[in-house]
Formats: sequence, structure tokens, C-alpha cells
Amino acid sequence: MGLHGGQFTTMRIPVETFHLDNGLFVTLSEDHSTPIVAVNLWYHVGSANEKAGRTGFAHLFEHMLFQGSAHVGSNEHFELIQRAGGTLNGSTWLERTNYFETVPSNELALALWLEADRMGELLPAMTQEKLDTQRDVVKNERRWAVDNQPYGTMLERMQELVFPASHPFQHSLIGSMEDLSAASLDDIAQFFATYYTPDNAVLSIAGDFGSTAARKLVTEYFGPIPSGKVRPELPPMNLPPVFGARLREVVYDNVSLPRLFMAFRSPVFGSEEYYAASVASAVLGMRKGSRLHRSLVRERQIAADAGAFTFDLAKGTDILVVDVTARPETSVAQLEQEVEREIDTVHGEGVTEPEVKRAIALIETDLLASLQSAGERADRLSMFATYFKRPELINEQADRYRSVTTQRVNALISERLGANNRANLLYVPKEGVELESALAAVAGTN
Amino acid sequence: MVTSLRPKPGPTRSYNFPGFHDEILPSGIRLVTAPVAKLPVVTVLVIVDAGSTNDPAGKEGVAALTAGTLLEGSEKFDGAELAEKFEQLGTSVETGADWDSAFIKITVLSEQLEQATMLLGEAISSPVFPEREVERAKSERLAEILQLETEPRGLADEKFSEFLYTQESRYSKPDEGGTESVRALSRKDVEAFYRSSYRAGSTTAIIAGDTSTNEARALITRAFQRWPSGRAPNRPFVAMARTTRKSIHIVDKPEAPQSELRAGHVGLPRNHPDFFPTLVMNAVLGGLFGSRINLNLREEHGYTYGASSFYDWRRGPGPFVVSTAVQSEVTAAALREILLEIDRIRGERISEEELSLARDYLDGVFPIRYETTAAIASALATLVIYDLPADYYDSYRKNIREVSADAILEAARSHLHPDQLQTIVVGDARVIRASVSDLSVGDLHVYSS
Repeated sequence: MGLHGGQFTTMRIPVETFHLDNGLFVTLSEDHSTPIVAVNLWYHVGSANEKAGRTGFAHLFEHMLFQGSAHVGSNEHFELIQRAGGTLNGSTWLERTNYFETVPSNELALALWLEADRMGELLPAMTQEKLDTQRDVVKNERRWAVDNQPYGTMLERMQELVFPASHPFQHSLIGSMEDLSAASLDDIAQFFATYYTPDNAVLSIAGDFGSTAARKLVTEYFGPIPSGKVRPELPPMNLPPVFGARLREVVYDNVSLPRLFMAFRSPVFGSEEYYAASVASAVLGMRKGSRLHRSLVRERQIAADAGAFTFDLAKGTDILVVDVTARPETSVAQLEQEVEREIDTVHGEGVTEPEVKRAIALIETDLLASLQSAGERADRLSMFATYFKRPELINEQADRYRSVTTQRVNALISERLGANNRANLLYVPKEGVELESALAAVAGTN
Repeated sequence: MVTSLRPKPGPTRSYNFPGFHDEILPSGIRLVTAPVAKLPVVTVLVIVDAGSTNDPAGKEGVAALTAGTLLEGSEKFDGAELAEKFEQLGTSVETGADWDSAFIKITVLSEQLEQATMLLGEAISSPVFPEREVERAKSERLAEILQLETEPRGLADEKFSEFLYTQESRYSKPDEGGTESVRALSRKDVEAFYRSSYRAGSTTAIIAGDTSTNEARALITRAFQRWPSGRAPNRPFVAMARTTRKSIHIVDKPEAPQSELRAGHVGLPRNHPDFFPTLVMNAVLGGLFGSRINLNLREEHGYTYGASSFYDWRRGPGPFVVSTAVQSEVTAAALREILLEIDRIRGERISEEELSLARDYLDGVFPIRYETTAAIASALATLVIYDLPADYYDSYRKNIREVSADAILEAARSHLHPDQLQTIVVGDARVIRASVSDLSVGDLHVYSS
């Protein structure tokens, strides 16, 4: 069975849902075009749920989920899936942690069983030695992706700059070395009991399987796992629509070129206005025809690269970020001034109908191209089910984007791109730093 | 309680690589079409025998610069207009050159296929390479090179190639060119390279997705009617090792929290008869998460976030490399483990269990690799570029399954050369230097960065 009736407008991905008594939310999406199947689990827990002094724990915990469970040896999860001809991984974000495998369709039971075993009985396999090794692995991940990589601290510095102290999104996802060192087996047990429960998870299966057989397997493997107890609620995360002031941080770092990340508070992921923000972000920075690329890279040639993206946060507020890297001959002050000026122009004059149409057309192609992959379909089903209890939103995305008008994009820009809603995170090469006074001058103009 | 009974696999469903049609059009362009109608999306991938190994000596980077500026202005439209037109159609466009070919790739909804392909044909058949855009592309490349000074991963890769191959080899220099050669390139060089290399006899159009062979043939014939006939010139190619004596090079990065480590030697060309045993051998050594090198360095010792090895398959003998980033203090210890693993796989036959893990993985994962039109087009490009037989994908899984433990031992002994190992470390020389000199990794050279 294919996924479309010849026209994108009529394309629908089939979506079935059911719940187990223990609260596990399951989504199924059949497609028999290739004999492969994707299994995808989202746990509604991320770095936002970490307690004080345990930054990085949600991610370290994700590593521990590959260290075996009651009936699975250390690293055997990886081995069994690869032996079956499958691919797998996991990832941690501020609001969720996901685990996923794509396997030949005759190995669906194996993938489900492995996920159920670690959801049901992780703790018997946890040892101090495994925790110590994974702690070292994660510290090396931090060195590799953050400390020894130009602009690698962007995410954690941005979180710190744009969220108020004690907001759940404010602290580092990868975590500090000190907090990683402090993580204990007790923390593992507690985190597992609190968050890794069927009523805090979504299981999605996409690809070549039969619904009846899949329901039977899911019920058999996941049914016996008990529900969790009450989870601590996240503190209120709502924030005013704008910062209300100019935020700015300069980082003197081991980088070759100045680079400015300018962030705006933007409407929360999934909201009606999120789609306008997402289109605004594409108008500004998606591909070569975007506003910033055309102006700063092509025409005025002060930037080596320019882009924009949203964090897609579903709680409290989202963040839209403009990302511009200077050309070697562009000064730090000039970079910041020119980007400010571009954003001022967009804020003052708005954007045009063709710019909005271009952005929506590009988003639509990317959306459709990504849905070719079973793993992507399963991941999006899990996402919409986790955040909104509505996996069928996967079929509404194209329409949501298409219904965004230029007027709505400009209303969003007018509300969110003003001078009272900008946070500039500016990386400056520490070697051969330009005059501090030049930087001070820029700060003074703000 | 979750059942302790491990599930057994069900009956397998057969899978075939998407059927494709391969022909030479009257214009001389080769056309490969793979109609796949899962979703209304199509990828058009045009490859031209104009990759970086075709760069004339002293003009390193011209192939990349030519591909990079192909869409920066045509007889009808300037670069900004072209970007605007493609993007209004929702087309994602990418152009570039790798070692073995230049490529132009678009992915588009099938309802826009005709317009996008016609635009593509017009643009790349009549590029004008405006001076301003060529100079801009050069500046952007120079900025990229500058960025490498603070980017240890890219720097380690680049230094590894430089120390691996003799200076006469194109492989010893960055595929997109170094500072000196890029600075010296002009729009004339770009235009001359385009005129000599972008010709029908050296061009293949690959179309994968929601279209038919007839539709694709008609479309490519129309879109490329101005494409010049003839073939790109052949260039003699050198890929000799710089030295056969093992040595270690430290690029000093004071205070670096990690060492970026590369160790390896000149490998094999893609068409080598030992391709399959070497592929499986490398999967066991360092190609999988469960490979010896990764399990040893990451899961046993916690030295790294990940370690892997691979043969970089090219027309000529690309590098074989073990690649990882380790905490500075354990650089020598990690390197010692890598050397032990290379010796071990050359020393004794691997177990049946290790063999079946690598074999079953490579066999089983095959259908997962071709889910998207872009992945199918890219697989077809591999056939064309390396002149592989038409049944290559149909016999791939059988070829993998037939690799034996003996064949792997033979491949390890023939194609791993620890006695010629070149080791590159980008890291803190003060911390690393003494400890690595205790290992027998050859002469030590230290460079300040």
C-alpha cells in the first residue's frame, strides 16, 4: 500500500491509536511498500525535569538505557538490533527523550521486546561500574561536541541567556562536569521510577506490520509494566511574549570568525502562531533565497553564512534564532550592527507575499521528503502524541503551513522582532581580539 | 514482569532494490530512471565527470568552485533570480564536487518536476560565472579554510590527507582547494574547466521518485538540448603514499581538552576485487557500534564518545583511517589500544559470532538504506561513478553473506599495514608528547598551529 492517492493534497498517513491499561499511548501507521518497520518511544522527560545539582542527568540516563536490563546484557541491545539488520539510537532534548530502531519487518517483536524490557526492568542491570564508564563517555561527548568545538557552547549559553534563572529550560542539557561527577545509582533508580513509566511514554510503530499482530505484541510485552506514581510537576513555564529588554552576552572564544546568534522569544510549538513564526524563520534564513542570505551573504558580502531556526519548544515559550557568521574582513561591531539593521528593516517594513510563498513551498517539500522514512514518521507521531495527545496532527502540518498568510507573518514579526525582544549571543575570536572599546561602542548604541 | 523469552524473527519478506532503467540518450547523456511512487516527490541528480581529481595541477579547487557557482547566473537569470525561482517551486537545490564527480541535485514535489528540471537545464547549460559571484565563492571558501584553524576535527582530517599522500597526489590537498590555489583561481579558470568537462559523454542524469521513465526521458531531452557533446579529458592520476615509514605528527593545540586522533594509511580503490571481504573486515574492526575498536575505547575504557575505522572508497586508493577524539591524558593509551586491535585482527581468525554480527547487519540493513528518493539516486550514482555492474545491488547481499572468516583474515593481512601507519594528533603536545613517544609509532614530529 502506498501513502498517497497521487496528490499531495490528498496524502494521508494512516494513524491508529490505542491505550494500554497502564497508560501507555500507542500509535500505529502501516505502510507495506518496504519490508521494514520503525519502533519509536518518547518519554516525556528531558533536561527540564532535572533537579538542582544534576544538570546533564537526563542525557546520562539515556546512555544507561543501552547498558542492559533484566534480560538483556550490557550493550546487547545494540548488538541484537544490529544483528537483526537494524539501526538504532536515542536522543535527549529539553522536554523529551526518545529511543528508536528501524528493523526488517520480521524483527518487530525483537525491537518491541527490547524496549519493553528496559521500560519494565532496567534497574537489575545497573551497576556502579557501568555508570562510571558512561559518565566518562558523556564527559568525552561534552569535550567533543561542546568544549573542543567552535561555537560548541552555543546551546547552553543561549539557554542561560534567554531563560530566567530557575526556569526549567535555563540550565545545560549536556550538563556540567561537576554535576555529571555527582550522579549516583540512587539518582538512576529514582529517575527511572519517576519518569520511565508507561503512562509517561508514547510508543509509535510505523511501516510494514499488521495492526492486529502489533497490538497483540505490544499488549503482551508492555501490558505487565506497572504505571508510575505521581510525577513532580514542572514549575510554571509561561513567560511574557517579549524579553522586555535587550539581552546581550559576548563570548571570547577559540573561534576563527565572529558569529552572532540573535534570539527572540516566539510562540510555543504547535500553537496557531507557531506556524507564522516558523514561516518567518524560513523567510529570514532558509536557503539562499532567504532575506538574510540574499542581503548579508550575496549582496553586501559581510557574512560567510546566514540562517535561522526555531527550537520548537512546546512548553512556555519557543525561541527563534537568527545565526550569522562574519566574513574574515567584517569586524565584530559591523556584524552586530548590520544584522540589527536587517532585523530592524524587517520589523519596520514587514516581509512580502512572494517571500512567504517561497518559505512555505520549501517547508512543504522538506516535510514531504522527510516522511519517506519510516523512522521519521514514527518520530513525528510520537512527538505529536507526547505534546498534544494528537498523533494525527502529522497529517495537518502541510495545511497548517499553507494557511499561514503574509498578514499573520507580519503580525508575528511586528510583535516579536522588535528591539525589546532581542538576545544577542556574540562569539568573538579571542586570538587577535579587536579593541574592547569597539565592542563597548556597539553595546552603547543598543 | 516482561517476559524473559526472547522473540524469534518471523518469516522474512523479500526486498529488491528499486528497478531502474539505464540508457544513453541520442545527445550522449546517460539517463538512469528509478520510478518509485511512494510519495509525490522526485529527486533529480545530475553527475558529471568533473570531480576534484580532475583539477589541473596548481588549480586545486577549480572543480568545486565551478560546481559551486554553476547556479550563480545564466544567460537568462542572475544568481539571485535563479535561487528565487527554484525556491518558489519549493525546490531544494545542492551543487558541489567530490573527488570523483561534480553533482547537481534537486528534490521537488512531483507536480513541480517539469518546471524545476527545465529551469535546472537552462541554468547549467548556459552558466555565465559572473566575476562577482566567483570572487564571492572564493572568499567564502577562504573563510571556511580559516575556520579550520579552530576546528580540530576538520583540521585533523586535512592534516591526515596531507601527511598520507605524496605532494604530487591530488588526494594530499583539500578537495575544495587550499588557500594558495583558491586565491589564484579566476573566473577564466572556472569557465575553461566548465567548457572542457561538462559534456554529454561525461554526464549522467538520474531521476528517482514519482515519475515514469518516458516522462523522465522526454524531460531530460528537452531540458538538456543545449548540453555540449563530447567527453571530459582524462587526467593521469597519482595516489602514492608520501612515505612507507610509520610516523606520528602532533599538531599542537595548547590546553585542548581532547586529542583528535587519526591513524591509517593509503587504502584501496573502490573497484578492488577484495571490496566485500575488506568491507566486512572493517565492520568488525571499527565500522559498527559493536566493533572491536568502539567497544574497546568507548565501552571498556570510557576514553571517548566514539571511535570508528573506515576505508574511504574512491576511484583511486582513498585512505584507510581509524578516527576518534579522546581525552588528552589518555591519548597514548587509546592509540595503544588501536594498534593492538589492528594487530589482533591481522593475527587471528575472527569468531563466528563476530562474523555473523557484521555480515547479518550489512545484509539486513540493506532495505533500510533506500527509503528516500535522494538515497536511491545516490546509490545509482555510485553504480555510474564506479562503473559497477547493473546487478550490483541485486547481488550485494549475496556477496556480503559469502564472506568467510578466512577471507576476512586474508583481507586484514593484505590491506591493513600497521608498519606503514601514519598517525596525526591534533591536541595538547605538552600532555601528549612524552607518552606517545613510548609507543612504536615511528618518528615524532610536532607542529605549532
